Amino acid sequence: MEILFYIAGVLAILSTVMVIAVRNAVHALLYLIVSLLSISVIFFILGAPFIAALEVIVYAGAIMVLFVFVIMMLYVDSSNSNEKNIFIKPKTWIGPSIIALILMAEMLYMLLGEGYHPMPHQIISPAAVGKLMFTKYALVVDLAGFLLTAGIVGAYHLGQKERKILHRYLTDKNENL
Amino acid sequence: MNIPMEYGLLLAVILFCIGLAGLLIRRNIIFMLLCIEIMLNAAGVAFVVAGAAWGQAEGQVMFIFILAMAAAEVSVGLALIIQLFKQTGSLDVTNANKMKG
Amino acid sequence: MKELLWLIVTLPFAGALILAFGGRKFPHAVSAIIGVGSVSLSAILTLLVGFEFLGDTTPFLQVAWQWFDVYGLSPDIAFRLDTVSLIFIFIITFVGALIHLYSAEFMWKDEGFVRFFVFMNLFIGLMLILVLADNLLLLYLGWEGVGLCSYLLIGYWYKDPKNGYAARKAFIVTRIGDAALAVSFYILFMTFNTLNIQDILTAAPGTWSLGSGIAMATAFLLLGGAVGKSAQLPLQTWLPDAMAAPSPVSALLHAATMVTAGVYLIARTHVLFEIAPTAQHTVAIIGAATLIIAGMSALYQHDIKKVLAYSTISQIGYMFLALGLGAWSAALFHFMIHAFFKALLFLGAGAVISVMRDEHNMFKMGGLWKKLPIIFWTFLIASASLSALPLITAGYYSKDKIIWLAFASDKGSVGLWLAAIVGAFITALYTFRMVFLTFFGKPHAEPTHRPGWMITIPLMVLAFFSFAGGFIELPQNMGNLTLVSDFVEKTLPVATLSVLQPFTELIFQIISSIVAIGAVFLAYILFFNKPFPAAEPQRNAVQRFFFKGWDFDLLYDKVIVTPMIFLAMINKKDIIDQFYTGLACITRQLNALLSATQNGQLRWYAMVVAAGAIIILTIIFFP
Repeated sequence: MEILFYIAGVLAILSTVMVIAVRNAVHALLYLIVSLLSISVIFFILGAPFIAALEVIVYAGAIMVLFVFVIMMLYVDSSNSNEKNIFIKPKTWIGPSIIALILMAEMLYMLLGEGYHPMPHQIISPAAVGKLMFTKYALVVDLAGFLLTAGIVGAYHLGQKERKILHRYLTDKNENL
Repeated sequence: MNIPMEYGLLLAVILFCIGLAGLLIRRNIIFMLLCIEIMLNAAGVAFVVAGAAWGQAEGQVMFIFILAMAAAEVSVGLALIIQLFKQTGSLDVTNANKMKG
Repeated sequence: MKELLWLIVTLPFAGALILAFGGRKFPHAVSAIIGVGSVSLSAILTLLVGFEFLGDTTPFLQVAWQWFDVYGLSPDIAFRLDTVSLIFIFIITFVGALIHLYSAEFMWKDEGFVRFFVFMNLFIGLMLILVLADNLLLLYLGWEGVGLCSYLLIGYWYKDPKNGYAARKAFIVTRIGDAALAVSFYILFMTFNTLNIQDILTAAPGTWSLGSGIAMATAFLLLGGAVGKSAQLPLQTWLPDAMAAPSPVSALLHAATMVTAGVYLIARTHVLFEIAPTAQHTVAIIGAATLIIAGMSALYQHDIKKVLAYSTISQIGYMFLALGLGAWSAALFHFMIHAFFKALLFLGAGAVISVMRDEHNMFKMGGLWKKLPIIFWTFLIASASLSALPLITAGYYSKDKIIWLAFASDKGSVGLWLAAIVGAFITALYTFRMVFLTFFGKPHAEPTHRPGWMITIPLMVLAFFSFAGGFIELPQNMGNLTLVSDFVEKTLPVATLSVLQPFTELIFQIISSIVAIGAVFLAYILFFNKPFPAAEPQRNAVQRFFFKGWDFDLLYDKVIVTPMIFLAMINKKDIIDQFYTGLACITRQLNALLSATQNGQLRWYAMVVAAGAIIILTIIFFP
C-alpha cells in the first residue's frame, strides 16, 4: 500500500507538471485528469474512500467536462494565443518559477523541520462525513448552496449571447470585433 | 502502513506550487483556470491528509466544500472566458488589460 | 410700549422677507404697501416708544435671546434703548419711512421694484440693529450688514458695469475701516473679556490709564472703522462714486443710515476716546480737514448729486469735529438736522433728475423754479439750512453750535474754528451755486412731468423739519433752549467750555452769520442768471484737482493699487502656493507610481499576490 502512495504521488506531480507545460489545452486537460485520478488513489489510501469517489466523479468527471465543453466551443487553434514559444524564452518563465520555488522552499522548510508524524490507517466512513456536514456544518452547506446558485445565475448571465459588456467609460474600440 | 503525514502535505505543497507557477507563466486563460483548479485541489489534498492524520472527518467535509466552491468558480470562470473571447477575440489574458489604472 | 422695541427692528426685516419670497407674485401696489408700510409702522412705533421714553429716560434693555456662548464670549441678541439710540432710531425710521414713500413713486417703473424694497428694508433693519445693539458683536453684525446693503444698493442698476465698480469700491474701501474696527473689538475682548458696550465703558477708565498706548491703539482703530463708514479723510473716496445708486438710496445712505454709523460708533464709545485724548483730537482734526477738502471739491462739481455727496462728506466732517471736541450733543444735533435737510436735498435732486430725463448736469438744467414750485421751495429751504442762513434755518442752530464750540470748547482752538468757519463759507457758496444753476437762469430743457403726491409729501414734511427742527435747541443768548443737549447728556457727557462770556459768543454768531450771508451773496454774483455753456467746461489743472476730489483716487492708485499689482505680477507664481503645488506634484507622482502597478495584467496581479504570500510567510516563520 505504501508503495502505491509514492507511485501515485509521483504520477500526480509529473502529470501536473505536464498540465502547465503542454501547449494543447485538450492534452493539458487529459493530464489534469490523470493527476486527479492519481490523487484520488492517494485519498483512497489515506482512508477517505468517499472523497476519492467524489474526486473522480465531480472533479475528473463534471468539472473537467465543463472545461472540455468550453474548449470545444472556443478552441480555434493551439497557437491562438501568442505563447507558442513560451518555454524557449527564459524571460517569460524564469521569474514566476523563482517565485513559486521560493514559496515552495519556505513551505517545505516549515513542513519538514519538525520530524515525521505517521498517520494511523483509519477509514473514515461517508456516514461520519455526512453526519458532521449536516449537523455541525449545516450552515456552511447552506452557504455552499447559495454560492452554487449564485454561480449558476452568474454563469447564465455572463454566458448570454449578443451581449457586449463594455464598461460605459470605455471607448468602443472593439465594437467591430 | 506507515506514511508520514508530512509526505502527504509535501505532495500538496508541490502540487500547489506547480499550479502557482503555471498560473504565473501561462497566458492562455484556460490554462490559468486549470492552474487554479490544481491549486484548489492541492488545498483539498492538504485538508484530507490532515484529517486522516487526526483521524477526524472535518478534513473531508472541508474538501467537499472546496469541491462545491470549485464547481461554482469554474462555472462563472468559464462563462467569463466565453465573454472574454467574444470581446477580444482571443484567449490571451494580456489582451484583457482594459482596467489598468 | 417700551416692550415693543423689538418690533421696531423686526418689522423692516419682516417686510424684506415677505417681499423677497413673495414679491414676484404681488402686484406693484401690494409690494409698495408692504415695503413702505413696514418701515412706516416702525416709525410710528418709534414715536410711541419715544414718547414713553421721554417720560422716563432710564436706559431700557430688551434681551431677545442669547446669541451663542463660546469660551466666555456669550453675546445676547439684545437691544438697548437710551437717549442716543432713540435719536438715531427716530431719524432712521422716520426719515427712512419718508424716503420709502418717495421711492414708491420714484422707482415705480423700475423692473427691480421689489428687489429695491427688499434691499431698502434690509438696510433700515440692519441700521436699527447697529444703533440698538447692546454688545459690539451685534453692532458689528449691523455694521457689516449695512455695508452689504450699501453694496447691493449702489450697484442696484447692475447692468451698467460702472455701477458695479462703484459698488465694489464702496465695499472695499469701507472694508479697510471694518478691518480696523474688528481688530479694536479683539483688543477690547482680550482686555475686558466681554463685548457688552456698557460693561466696557464702565470698566475702561479703571483698566486703562489716561493716554496709555493700548487705549490709544483701540481708539485709533475704532476711529479707523468710523472713518471708513462715514467717508472721512482718508477713506472718503467711495462716497462720490456711490452716487451711482438711485437717488432715494443716496438719500437714505447719506441722511439716515450708513455714513452716520461712524458718528454713532464714536458717540457710543465716547469713554474710550476720552481716555485717549490724542485720538479724540485726531477725530477733530480729521473732521476739520475733511470738511474743507470735501467742500472745495463740491465747489467744482457739475453733477448735482456729486455736489450733495461732497456736501455730505463735509457735513459729516462737522459732526466729527464736534465729536473730537467732546461736544457730543452738538454732533448728534447736527446729525439730526443734517438728516432732514440732506434727505430732502437728495430727494429733491432725484425728483429734478427724473423729470429732466436723467440729466445730472446742473449746467443743463436752469430755470426750473417756476415749473417745479414745490421742489424748488423745499429745495431752497434745505439749501438754506445746509448753508446755515442765520436765525430762520435749523442748520444755523446746529452748525453754529459746532463752530462756536470749535473755539469755545476746552479742546477747541483757533485753527479748528477757522477751518469750521471757512467750511461754512464754502458750504454756503457751493449750495447756492447749485440752487442758482439748477433753478434759475435760462432753461436748457423742459421737465417732462410733475412729480406726484408720494414724492412731494415727503419733501414737504422734510422741509418743515429742516426749517423748524432747529428751534428745539437755541443758543444761550437767544432763548437758551437746550432740549436736545439735555436729552443727549443723559447718556453722554457735557461739553466743557473754556470761554464762557455770552458776549464772545454773540460776536462769533455774528461772524458766522456774515460769512453765510456773504457766501450766498457771492454765489448770487457769480452764478445767478449767468449764461454758462451747457457742455462741461474746460478745466485747468487746479480745477481738475478739486473736481476730482483732490485726486485721492489717483493717489491711492499710485501708492497702493499700482504697487500691489506690481507685487502681484512679481509674485505671479505665489511662493506660498509653491508648497501646495509641490504637495500636489508629489501626490501625482505617487499616484503615477501606484497606478503603474495597476497595469491591467492579470498575471502581474497574480505575481504580486504570490510575492505577498511569500513576504507574509517570511515574516511569520523567519522573524
